[in-house]
Amino acid sequence: MNPDPTASIESSSSATLTGAQLFHRALLNQGVEVMFGYPGGAALPLFDVLHDSPIRFVLVRHEQGAAHMADGYARASGRPGVVLVTSGPGATNLVTGLATAHFDSVPVVAFTGQVKSHLIGNDAFQEADVTGITRPVTKHNALCRDASAVARMVNEAFFVATTGRPGPVLVDLPVDLMNQPVTPGPGHERPRLRGYKPRRHAHQGQIAKAAAAINAAERPVLYVGGGVIISGASELVRQLAERGNIPVTTTLLGLGAVDETSPLALRMLGMHGTAYANYAVQESDCLVAIGARFDDRVTGDVTKFAPKAAIIHIDIDPASISKSVNVDLPVVGDARDALEHMLPLIERRPRQAWFARIEQWKRQHPLKYGHGEAIKPQAVIEQLGRLTDHDALITTGVGQHQMWAAQFYGWRRPRQMITSGGLGTMGFGLPAAIGAQFACPGRLVVDIDGDSSFQMTMSELATAVACDLPVKVVLLNNNFQGMVRQWQQLFYDRRYSASRMVNPNFAALADAFGATGLRIDRPDQVGDGLNELLTTEGPAVLEVLVDAEENVYPMVPSGHGLDEMDLGSLA
Amino acid sequence: MKHLISALVENEPGVLAHVAGMFAARGYNIDSLVVGRTEDPAVSRLTLVAKGEDAIIQQIRKQLDKLVHVLKVRDHADEDIVERDLMLISVQTPPGRRAEIVDLVELFRGKVVDIGARHMMIELTGPEKKIEAFINLCRPYGISSLARTGVIAMPRTPQPDGPTEEKSGTTNSD
Repeated sequence: MNPDPTASIESSSSATLTGAQLFHRALLNQGVEVMFGYPGGAALPLFDVLHDSPIRFVLVRHEQGAAHMADGYARASGRPGVVLVTSGPGATNLVTGLATAHFDSVPVVAFTGQVKSHLIGNDAFQEADVTGITRPVTKHNALCRDASAVARMVNEAFFVATTGRPGPVLVDLPVDLMNQPVTPGPGHERPRLRGYKPRRHAHQGQIAKAAAAINAAERPVLYVGGGVIISGASELVRQLAERGNIPVTTTLLGLGAVDETSPLALRMLGMHGTAYANYAVQESDCLVAIGARFDDRVTGDVTKFAPKAAIIHIDIDPASISKSVNVDLPVVGDARDALEHMLPLIERRPRQAWFARIEQWKRQHPLKYGHGEAIKPQAVIEQLGRLTDHDALITTGVGQHQMWAAQFYGWRRPRQMITSGGLGTMGFGLPAAIGAQFACPGRLVVDIDGDSSFQMTMSELATAVACDLPVKVVLLNNNFQGMVRQWQQLFYDRRYSASRMVNPNFAALADAFGATGLRIDRPDQVGDGLNELLTTEGPAVLEVLVDAEENVYPMVPSGHGLDEMDLGSLA
Repeated sequence: MKHLISALVENEPGVLAHVAGMFAARGYNIDSLVVGRTEDPAVSRLTLVAKGEDAIIQQIRKQLDKLVHVLKVRDHADEDIVERDLMLISVQTPPGRRAEIVDLVELFRGKVVDIGARHMMIELTGPEKKIEAFINLCRPYGISSLARTGVIAMPRTPQPDGPTEEKSGTTNSD
């Protein structure tokens, strides 16, 4: 994608084109190769120009799937994902997907058809106030009121979505304007965003102060979030950790920013983080947050969070600074830019006492699980990690399976883990995997999913079959909404209200969709089952019947400090 | 603490919805919010009064600044500013007491803009404190209805010699 939206755009000032043709030309100039969506009355002119377009259009089964596919595409590739749907229900069905992308700072550009301009506000058929409905779940949105402004609005949408702290942008396109022939004036496609100035460069003085604080620290910890992956700063984080001899923990969205085989890696922190990461944060005297936002699932009770640490926060969004946790030393700017300038100032310190304590925590409290008659879900994920050489692109739904994937897959590289962090959207896994597969056609893409999450968007299996995509699904079936059940067990006296699932035969269901369905239910079948899944051509689902009442540990109960973990029965 | 924040925003449809929606979604309390045109037809000035701890006010400022159509945000907390609120107030005029109300209006440099048999409508501008003082003085007569625009404000030009003729909230000068 071209970072400067004005650079390569050919002028179209002399020709007369319809709004839809201007739209199409702007998409081509933006380098769009694939779009996800669903047609409908108010979007027909836009679909007509796509009929003989070089842009590949992926027809989904529900618009929510389109938004998650664009999201998965963007997270896997770093390029914006593009969505096109119709007005009314087509647009409102995007809301969950936009909110998911917004929360996790993913560049998604959504175009929605709208009823004719003169009918807007008239309660016309399939009308909805889409800019009103999506305002809180997008970085920006706009309604087109002039056909000759279409190219400019497309370019603005891509520019806003991909710069600064990225996020979804929606443009609402009334159908009459898309049919209207216009002769736009010169420069009509040039963005006009007087108020939008994403900051990139961090203040040098702040960087120097931060480096000095890190050098002086006895017990520093790097706390690395998704912003590091977005800015492409993972390699610099590795260098920072190695040069300064500093342990690193990552958030759920930061997984893969650091190779977990590194002796400096503490793996994930937070509610279901490793005990050693959480203890290290609580004992740290200098916590360096990079592209992370102190989410409540990371901090636990904020008043008890990192009580001994001076907090340095590197973030591109000024509004993230001191939002939930008071920051002692803010560095506002792009993570890669800030780290490039900070790195030469970092000095190596032995910190022997600090690493000795961390080693002790690691020995005392490794991630672990038990063994029994039923298949342990953690064992499936661990084995999947080994069989795929820890190199697959993994997507997940939300719940227990997501946390086990985070804990047990073994992350090696950025953009490898694609998961809904902030919003926690069940049903994200399969459509995200489809989007990721479009972004990385040659890679192995595996959706680690749960029975409940999978059923929220499983109709997209039809999309995977129609597009002949080799996405694989490892479906951990405990016949529960596992995380809800875990909370009910621990905090509601095992009263399993509405969390028990009566499930279909998933393998047969996959077959019916035209994918391949497989099923295992004994621990000795895990290796063969996974191997068969991974060697099956085309889309395939492996249903794994797992221990129904297995819990995710460690667990920091809501409202507790990070060091007040429940380590589970194996502690 | 009370903060007066002003922002220059692009004069585009939907900008007010973006601002108001952001305030509602984040649960910020605002006393007043005024949007009006400026010397540049493409730019509007938005003035808001919010109360809250410094951390909240900082967040309000940053979140406003994040909106794509917002050009510039300024917190006037520690600045020498001129602030004005415009009020229309309809006061009951008990028999024989109309003259004392008119006296009050003159003391506050207000204007009587409508007179009926039992009511009088008064126009008054000034800083919030002056407006509130006038409202309190009118209460004994009975207030039938009241409308205020909310505060607009602008920083003063720094004067090289001595203090300026009016400090906000201390005189009744228009």
